[in-house]
Amino acid sequence: MSPETMTLFSPRLAARLDALVQKYPVKRSALIPMLLYAQDEVGYLSDAVISEVAERIGITELDVRNVATYYSMLRFKPAGKFNIQVCTNISCMLRGGYEVYERFQEELGIGHKGVTADGVFSLEEVECIGACCWAPAIQVNYDFHDELKPELVRGILDGYRFQAEGKAPHA
Amino acid sequence: MADVTFTVDGKILTAPAGTLLIDACRKAGIEIPAFCYYPGLSLQAACRMCVVRQEKVPKLQTACTTTVAEGQVFITESAEIAQARKATIQLLLGNHPLDCPVCDAGGECELQDMTFKYGAGESLYSEAKQHREEQQWSPAVFYDRPRCILCYRCIRMCGEGMDVWALGVQNRGVNSVIAPNGGDQLDCEQCGMCIDVCPVGALTSGSYRYKTRPWEMNHVSTVCTHCADGCKVTLGVRQVNGGAEIVRADNRDKSGINGDFLCAKGRFGFDFVENPERLTTPLIRNAQGKLEPATWERALRFAGEKLKEIRDSKGGTAIGVVGSNRTTNEENYLLQKFARTVLHTNNIDHERSTDYPAFALALAGHAGKTAGLGDIAAAPAILLVGGNPTEEHPLLAWTLRTSVRLNRARLYVANSKAIKLDRQARLTQELPPDGYKDLAAFLDLGEADFSKAVLAEESLVVVFGQECRGPAVADLVAWGLKRPNVRFAYLGDQANSRGAADMGLFPDLLPGYVPVTEPGGFAEYPGLPATPGKSLPAQFAAAATGELSAMLVVGANPVLGLGVSAEALKNTFVIVQDLFLTETAALADVVFTAVSLYEKSGTVTNTFGDVQMVKKAADRAGVKSDFEILVRLADAMGADIKTLVPFGKGGVLADLGQSRGAQAGEADRHSVWLAANNLEPRLSPFDPLAVLDEIERLVPGYKLDRINLLSGNPAHTELNLTPGFVPISALDGSDLAVPTHDGLFTSGTLGRYSPALNELEQHQTHEVAAPAGD
Repeated sequence: MSPETMTLFSPRLAARLDALVQKYPVKRSALIPMLLYAQDEVGYLSDAVISEVAERIGITELDVRNVATYYSMLRFKPAGKFNIQVCTNISCMLRGGYEVYERFQEELGIGHKGVTADGVFSLEEVECIGACCWAPAIQVNYDFHDELKPELVRGILDGYRFQAEGKAPHA
Repeated sequence: MADVTFTVDGKILTAPAGTLLIDACRKAGIEIPAFCYYPGLSLQAACRMCVVRQEKVPKLQTACTTTVAEGQVFITESAEIAQARKATIQLLLGNHPLDCPVCDAGGECELQDMTFKYGAGESLYSEAKQHREEQQWSPAVFYDRPRCILCYRCIRMCGEGMDVWALGVQNRGVNSVIAPNGGDQLDCEQCGMCIDVCPVGALTSGSYRYKTRPWEMNHVSTVCTHCADGCKVTLGVRQVNGGAEIVRADNRDKSGINGDFLCAKGRFGFDFVENPERLTTPLIRNAQGKLEPATWERALRFAGEKLKEIRDSKGGTAIGVVGSNRTTNEENYLLQKFARTVLHTNNIDHERSTDYPAFALALAGHAGKTAGLGDIAAAPAILLVGGNPTEEHPLLAWTLRTSVRLNRARLYVANSKAIKLDRQARLTQELPPDGYKDLAAFLDLGEADFSKAVLAEESLVVVFGQECRGPAVADLVAWGLKRPNVRFAYLGDQANSRGAADMGLFPDLLPGYVPVTEPGGFAEYPGLPATPGKSLPAQFAAAATGELSAMLVVGANPVLGLGVSAEALKNTFVIVQDLFLTETAALADVVFTAVSLYEKSGTVTNTFGDVQMVKKAADRAGVKSDFEILVRLADAMGADIKTLVPFGKGGVLADLGQSRGAQAGEADRHSVWLAANNLEPRLSPFDPLAVLDEIERLVPGYKLDRINLLSGNPAHTELNLTPGFVPISALDGSDLAVPTHDGLFTSGTLGRYSPALNELEQHQTHEVAAPAGD
């Protein structure tokens, strides 16, 4: 993408995407990483994001949507600042994953794919996140919390609320 | 590749190595069911219906992805395979509604057929089906989501076949749906190919849905009346009060030069036939100057007597004749014969869209240099000069795309603007808008990469558009004739523009481009007028000055095209044969209500010179074919009909058989035999085949391969012209060819009266945000 073209993204991300497009023998191989990075920065895949990614790769917006709608990790609506993904797959389920998930719902007052009114948290029930050894586990954005019990939920949320208010996290 | 031998179900088959098993089996008459496989498109292997057992391979294999090799052994039907296919169908039926009784595809649905065959009609799944509402993507395309079995045929057809890429799959698992590119709207060429290839009733056609059932229709294979490519089209017709109506158009039997391809006009643009504005009784201008309905007898007698009186008092030169680009070859031939032998005039012309005489002139003396559409499909290299096939010649565009994709044909595009086919081109060359005449010299120079590549081709088909006229045609053809293995095709506009030109609807040319001045041109008809007549604009100019006392206009609307005023025609007796009250018909003194190409039989010639049979599909009361109208008009003038239409002599004579005794009813049986052999007795003066016999006998270049023609295939014709002839357009310096540039949704008069085409045009221009395609 030429430098004078308008972009939605920060210069750092734009540069990263420029490099990604060059990286693969076929340009469209860069599609999924580009969508993920764009989502990390913008928060979700807005129409504008889809349009720009399509243009960068040289495919139609329809092509981008075809791929993006397949993956549940890619979203088309804004999530909270901290997206809490609670695993309820078999290992976590056996070790109390549903109790943890229910506690999150009670504490936040939202259900699956919900976002709190202040926009700080969103909640998702997800399939295996690869932390079975330390089940039950959750993932908040890119951070893991494992060997959880329902009692620990409030503490985790408080930590992120502090961060959201601009304070340092608890030790 | 070399042939290999392998065994399928105990039969020993031979096919080139690398052939797909499913294709090899289908060729050998062994049917392997498949939903996702579609010949000519990339492989999907999504449906698992075509599984077969291959010896020494542990699992069932998909026949659509297995390539044959020496010594393989396959079994395509067994209890194990039936069980596997049944399980696949059960999964598909897990969410597919069993609404066959109301589904458009019921009766011709591949899933229905397979369910009957493998007996998976009872569902073992207890989960509720996920119902979602039907969507309308465009006036032409509806999508019923639960019926979709996700075979991806539509997506591949739209992308690979049409190069439009307007469809995709979104979401996953049970939530997967086909999605159009414009959100909930389809922004595309609206060809309807996706509907055509859908194996179930998920994609349905706006014009056909819920109208009828497949078994209630008769299917008539004829030729499309819209552009000059001449697609075979199968019209589904149904009896109604007063005749038969067309309810569907497709070409699922893949017959003819277009295979299964049809564009929006061919598929949806037949509804002008049922337009309520269609004229159904002849009209005569009364004493108050108003057109009023009249009987055929009265209208014919009135027009015939008037024409005879003018001819006898003022001579044939006081009468002008305008022919049509949409009527059959037989009608065009008959019209010029009527003009020249009955009216005694050479004042005959048609609305020329293409300079075919220049093409014929350039090719004079060179046989076998024109390319039919089949030749273009088989050509290793094609040079496309000008034109925009995607818009104006959808079948040519389809053929070129397919040939580039599947046969690795090399396409070279020289054009003054960017066209969608540039994407398939190996090389493109931009020309200045007036640069077509210099192309031959540019190629010969051999400096640019483009020229070098074109010159390096050992065999080439040159297809050129209407930008090339007169000297540009001559130069380009002369350039090609210098080289070995170059053939040519010239792009015209309407269904039978080429036929109109070939059949001599010219003031200076007889059929087959024989000059009227040529002594003994048509020896069978002595006393033909030998001086060139008036061209179309000259006829109207002469009418305005009172020099022309009568005009006969058949299936044309020159008043609109030339901007003729009512004043200019007020002293001319005008007879019009047309379907609608066009601007020209509105100024006429007598209007005969004619039929469309879908309601008559005969032949038409596409712009590539391929002649094809037209068969009568629809029918309605009160209208007659142009052929019959002309014969009756000649009769009303007292002409000898047997001379005009050589019926009942020569050619095939019907055996009327015995009328009594053991062989009574022989005539009926004989007619059954004739019909079965695609022959008809020329017993009636309204039988176009009687004139086709004469065309074959007298028109140079029209030596038709009858068996091919009668069995529904194209028969290629040659252009033939006496060297040294100078066409009238070259004489007076005016360029008489005016291209109409009808696009994907326009088709002259017929397009104006087609609600479906108007609606599609509206959809593409107003309701879809961005313009389609390139």
